[in-house]
Amino acid sequence: MAKIVPKKTPMREQPPKERAKNYDEVPYGYSEQEAMQEALRCLQCKKPTCIQGCPVEIDIPGFIKFIAEGNFRAAIDRLKKKNVLPAVCGRVCPQEDQCEKLCVLSKKYEPVAIGRLERFAADWERRQGESLIPKVPASTGKKVAIIGAGPGGLTVAGDLIMLGHGVTIFEALHKPGGVLVYGIPEFRLPKAIVYREVDYLLQCGVKLVLDFIVGKTATIDQLLKEYDAMYIGTGAGLPWFMNVPGENLNGVYSANEYLTRSNLMKAYLFPEYDTPIIRGKNVAVIGGGNVAMDCARTALRLGAHEVHIVYRRSLKEMPARIEEIHHAEEEGIIFDILTLPVKYVGDEKDWVKEMECIKMKLGEPDASGRRRPVPIEGSNFITPVDTAVCAIGQSPNPLIPQTTPDLKIGKWGNIEVDPETGKTSKKGCWAGGDVVRGGATVILAMGDGRVAARSMHEYLTTGVW
Amino acid sequence: MYKVIKREQIVPNIHLLVIQSDIIYKNALAGEFVVVRADEQGERIPLNLVDWEKGSASLVFMEVGTSTRKLAALKAGDEVATLAGPLGKPTERVSEKKIVCIGGCYGIGALYPVIRMFKENKNHVITIVEARSAFLLYWQERLKKYSDEFFEITRDGTKGFKGHINDFLVDHLKKNSVDMVYVQGCTYLTYLVSETTRPLGVKTIVGLNPIMVDATGMCGVCRVIVGGETKFGCVDGPEFDGHQVDWGNLIARRKIYINDEIYSLSFYECERYG
Repeated sequence: MAKIVPKKTPMREQPPKERAKNYDEVPYGYSEQEAMQEALRCLQCKKPTCIQGCPVEIDIPGFIKFIAEGNFRAAIDRLKKKNVLPAVCGRVCPQEDQCEKLCVLSKKYEPVAIGRLERFAADWERRQGESLIPKVPASTGKKVAIIGAGPGGLTVAGDLIMLGHGVTIFEALHKPGGVLVYGIPEFRLPKAIVYREVDYLLQCGVKLVLDFIVGKTATIDQLLKEYDAMYIGTGAGLPWFMNVPGENLNGVYSANEYLTRSNLMKAYLFPEYDTPIIRGKNVAVIGGGNVAMDCARTALRLGAHEVHIVYRRSLKEMPARIEEIHHAEEEGIIFDILTLPVKYVGDEKDWVKEMECIKMKLGEPDASGRRRPVPIEGSNFITPVDTAVCAIGQSPNPLIPQTTPDLKIGKWGNIEVDPETGKTSKKGCWAGGDVVRGGATVILAMGDGRVAARSMHEYLTTGVW
Repeated sequence: MYKVIKREQIVPNIHLLVIQSDIIYKNALAGEFVVVRADEQGERIPLNLVDWEKGSASLVFMEVGTSTRKLAALKAGDEVATLAGPLGKPTERVSEKKIVCIGGCYGIGALYPVIRMFKENKNHVITIVEARSAFLLYWQERLKKYSDEFFEITRDGTKGFKGHINDFLVDHLKKNSVDMVYVQGCTYLTYLVSETTRPLGVKTIVGLNPIMVDATGMCGVCRVIVGGETKFGCVDGPEFDGHQVDWGNLIARRKIYINDEIYSLSFYECERYG
């Protein structure tokens, strides 16, 4: 057997100085040769552990073997059997905590670059032109409504259409994709890729209704008169603020607003696009997750001179992916760790001009297992800012819970489900993703969708709830 | 895309826009609004629903920036990129109350479905429409149909009472006892009415128009401080108790993008007219 190459085949990227000024994607992706070289690192384990780390159960060694053999068509077909969004997942999944974490190689070396290979296979297909549309089975006559065209909803749609059910997705915004489109920036996930994956589903026969706000345009109960089953994947759309003085000053954004303006509304192309965004020179982003990294890197591309990530714990506790933190650091984002904003101060026209912060230290571990940040008394300091973005998290949108009285809701406004099936308290309704979990990840939403789709198919076939 | 059935200028700068919709009428209630995006490059803007029926939704708007300029250029048969709704909390249904309903500017149109609902719920409706001059008043006949009393106010005295709404209102409220005042119109009008009724202790509901993007509770740009608490205009409102609103903050937030809006409009005009 050939000697194992200890490190992943590197993926070429745009140089940091250059990319911080454009919206093009940061990594270029593997060439065919690089992909085949990386695929050869896979040991093709008899009992692959990597698959256990994948919420949608992709046959990982299977598709990698095809890449190693140069049979890219077979590789993408194998991927698509389990994943309707491979080009998306190859880019935004936290592989380091999932499949790659369980890769046998990772005990001694760097794991196989599963994410990069998934991305390669999906991008290869895109370069070939049209996707191959599989034959859809004969109709079962059952109709399913999916609320929200985000990653979870799209997964359910893909699974159920291939089982012969009629699928209609209802989306509140004017574009499909959910967080993939309004939240994740172009330089991390080009929107053309998302639209292509959605288009693939539409070609398979999925129907998409845009500009339809379930809970307002029609209620869940009204839809249930027309549909046999329903999946609620409306995400976590309600932004949190810190409730500190001055948070409603001009120039203080929620991450949702900042990213929605830039991504969905294309404010970075203002005035060609009509939606404006404040192009701050001195920007503070509050929070330490992937969303915070996205905001900080967006601010840089909008022309900021200085962008700070302000996070109350230390780098070690930061929830963002290591790759994202690394990209942000490379681009020149400044990390103010163990720092908590306590107040925003405005000028005479109610624009934010300063932020007062307090330094923190780490105390005993809290419920999350991370060490609790404790304020250091008397350590307050003032720093100038002209834009602040609050990226401390979000909870589920209340529109559906408010208008669906018999849906059981948890204390965070989340819909309660049976974790084995995704069933809600309401007959015929399943839910998953962020509306159940609060703020989580794209792939967990897709995993929930997969679980629910299985249970929905069973219900649609047997009629047993 | 959604087909435009009709677009007409009712009075200078105020337009009626009727858009084809097979769904909005089903759940629409008085006081709700919709989001419209003129074209692929367009902003999402909230506009009051002034009427609805099977097949259409009617909106009244004031032509002021790029988005409304684009809408004002539409004609029957054209299309808009987005029409989503109904959105927001509907006006609270009350009955057997004496209600003063005030509308100004595009708010005259926005008032129409609300007084209709009030009247249908057996309230005594006192309608007041106000404008700078008589030629800016509209829909009087339509509004009278659902009003028990009807007044016009113009600042130049070309029609009805001459002066400002506050002068008229103070006098009217001192002479007549009413249960509630309801206002639709620009931020200044809703502010002025609230400050007028505050010392008189008359409950005042205002229809606000903060900046919105998604208008479904997702972005938080429309936050309004009400009774010391931050509320979202799109899902908690857009109607609030005018005596609880932090007007200074609302007025400042309305102006966040003023410079961009001016720039955007000049860009659009150059693109369009060269």
